[in-house]
Amino acid sequence: MATESEELESLVNRRYEHGFVTDIEMDTLPPGLNEDVIRAISARKNEPEFMLEWRLKAYRMWLQMREPEWAHVHYPPIDFDAISYFAAPKSDADRPKSLDEVDPKLLETYDKLGIPLHERARLAGVAVDAVFDSVSVATTFKEKLSEAGVIFCSFSEAVENHPELVRKYLGSVVPQRDNYYAALNSAVFSDGSFVYVPKGVRCPMELSTYFRINSANTGQFERTLIIADEGSYVSYLEGCTAPMRDENQLHAAVVELVALKDAEIKYSTVQNWYPGDEEGKGGIYNFVTKRGDCRGANSKISWTQVETGSAITWKYPSCILRGDNSVGEFYSVAVANNFQQADTGTKMIHIGKNTSSTIVSKGISAGKAQNAYRGLVKVMPQADGARNHTQCDSLLIGKECGAHTFPYMEIKNQGAKVEHEATTSKISADQLFYCRQRGLSEEDAVNMIVNGFCKEVFNELPMEFAVEAQALLNVSLEGAVG
Amino acid sequence: MLDIKNLSASVGGAEILHDLSLSVGTGEVHAIMGPNGSGKSTLAQVIAGRDDYEVTGGSVTLDGEDLLDLDPEERAREGVFLGFQYPVEIPGVNNAYLLKAAVNAQRAHRGLDEIDAFEFLKLAKEKMALLGMDQKFLNRGVNEGFSGGEKKRNEILQMAMLEPRLAILDETDSGLDIDALKAVAHGVNALRSPERSIVLVTHYQRLLDYIQPDHVHVLSGGKIVRSGDKTLATELEERGYDWLKEAANG
Repeated sequence: MATESEELESLVNRRYEHGFVTDIEMDTLPPGLNEDVIRAISARKNEPEFMLEWRLKAYRMWLQMREPEWAHVHYPPIDFDAISYFAAPKSDADRPKSLDEVDPKLLETYDKLGIPLHERARLAGVAVDAVFDSVSVATTFKEKLSEAGVIFCSFSEAVENHPELVRKYLGSVVPQRDNYYAALNSAVFSDGSFVYVPKGVRCPMELSTYFRINSANTGQFERTLIIADEGSYVSYLEGCTAPMRDENQLHAAVVELVALKDAEIKYSTVQNWYPGDEEGKGGIYNFVTKRGDCRGANSKISWTQVETGSAITWKYPSCILRGDNSVGEFYSVAVANNFQQADTGTKMIHIGKNTSSTIVSKGISAGKAQNAYRGLVKVMPQADGARNHTQCDSLLIGKECGAHTFPYMEIKNQGAKVEHEATTSKISADQLFYCRQRGLSEEDAVNMIVNGFCKEVFNELPMEFAVEAQALLNVSLEGAVG
Repeated sequence: MLDIKNLSASVGGAEILHDLSLSVGTGEVHAIMGPNGSGKSTLAQVIAGRDDYEVTGGSVTLDGEDLLDLDPEERAREGVFLGFQYPVEIPGVNNAYLLKAAVNAQRAHRGLDEIDAFEFLKLAKEKMALLGMDQKFLNRGVNEGFSGGEKKRNEILQMAMLEPRLAILDETDSGLDIDALKAVAHGVNALRSPERSIVLVTHYQRLLDYIQPDHVHVLSGGKIVRSGDKTLATELEERGYDWLKEAANG
């Protein structure tokens, strides 16, 4: 085990070397939401007129909508007028002065994940005035990308420098009226990431939010738009294994992916927002809309996610398989421990001919947590030769947790081949005893069994991410048994 | 070596082992035979530390050290190995991973460094050759989709890698055809050594045609009712267990 953790530590260290640059020239709008607030947000970001109109349209739609209640999650009503929709980073006076003031449990976790000391302070929200040297790395990185013609920048920069691309693709996958939180996000989103990979270009490196400059605090309403032009390929990594403290309880992001003819997008997420304490207090509500559009023939979009954080997760990364022969994939590990609630899954919409989709979902519940898989496979009448395979496995640890599976299928083409397999299992006393009899501690045995359970999904993650995800899982399930 | 004195154990309030005593010397091979339900598997599991069983009296020591005080993994690291009657499947975890984790857990306990990947592979290949096993075994999920014979052979491979001081093989012969039985017996014989004690738990005499025990014990109604040399096994084969049960009750 030691070599593995050393390896991990070096990976984590390497990644965190890159650091962040934060823009602190912002001020804060008073809480509450109305058209003036939206105008103010747009004005402060110097947005062109079309963006303001787009936001206002979304806001007016949002006003007509109701908060969804169908998910298998429970939480007190959110007061949307208590949220400040344009917030400057916390002033130093409000932050913990040093790591001594931070929850020791959080620090313990950083220790186990091998997070370097200076990074711990930033993650825990401690006021630090040192700016880490990220410039050289970032420059090399940017040079390489621009040589290839890849655009990778913050959403605000994209609005400023590539308005024609933003205008063409923004909302083309997740329209403003799509759902309550998507509408809210469309009205007030603060920032996010933008990627454009030109025709025939294979992006020379994996793009990670870690490298994104000047957009570290994108806050609660993040917007991501990725466009892979014909014949291009890009792999995008989102998230962070270290548990991040955040003052905002509600997070409602929107991610849109567009794959044109023969293009492929691989989108990997490790989500580890603060899940709340052992009683479930103070965790993040993560209500995300993620959708990919396989717009061209032979295109492919693959979602891989490892979800261990947040008090409540409500998330269904989906694929619209519009192009003929297009391929959609969804690989997911969702872990819920203590009082966490997760309602996650995917939607695969088959429109083009000979489209195929694969869904592999692994849900792990421990403590008093509730974990739900919710998936839709929809085959439209014109989608001749459509195929889907869904595999949905749940693992229960302990007696007070729950796993729920809600598979929906709407098949309107007689020739479609749709398969669904579902299993629910427990870590058995026999498995544990077997491993312990071979000399493994109970904790190592649980970790090994859980990692085995998740293997098919971890295999889909980029190497570095996979190692981190494995360690993260171990930490997330600590104390789940015994 | 292994000393069991006046051991009593129960499960769910029902006493399975009554006042059982048994001594196994270093380097010896003992066979424990008996009818179904006599407590053979319970004895094996109690020695290994399964917590479903409650020890209500007596002691179990290994080279003078009290085993009953230790967790199952501590007993394993002290050199107690149990070959399971029904080895469990652990989907997605490959055999090599479990083997390496097990070897390293024991090495750590002995204050040794972790085995490196090359050394591990070399050792595993050596042991597999000894047992006539295909190397593909290493990359398969632990017992996942294994045949009965493969599962039992895998147990012997684990034993060969871990080199225990005391190996208890619980019904290792059950469910095996004659070829698999011979292969498993060959493996066990190869691991006989003056430093290692082996306890074979079996219902049938058949296994003992291939592994010659130094001592044979008959367990009935939760205690040892008769001990002898290997001729006792032959006698049991001819006469069955009933005469001993009567003797024990009478």
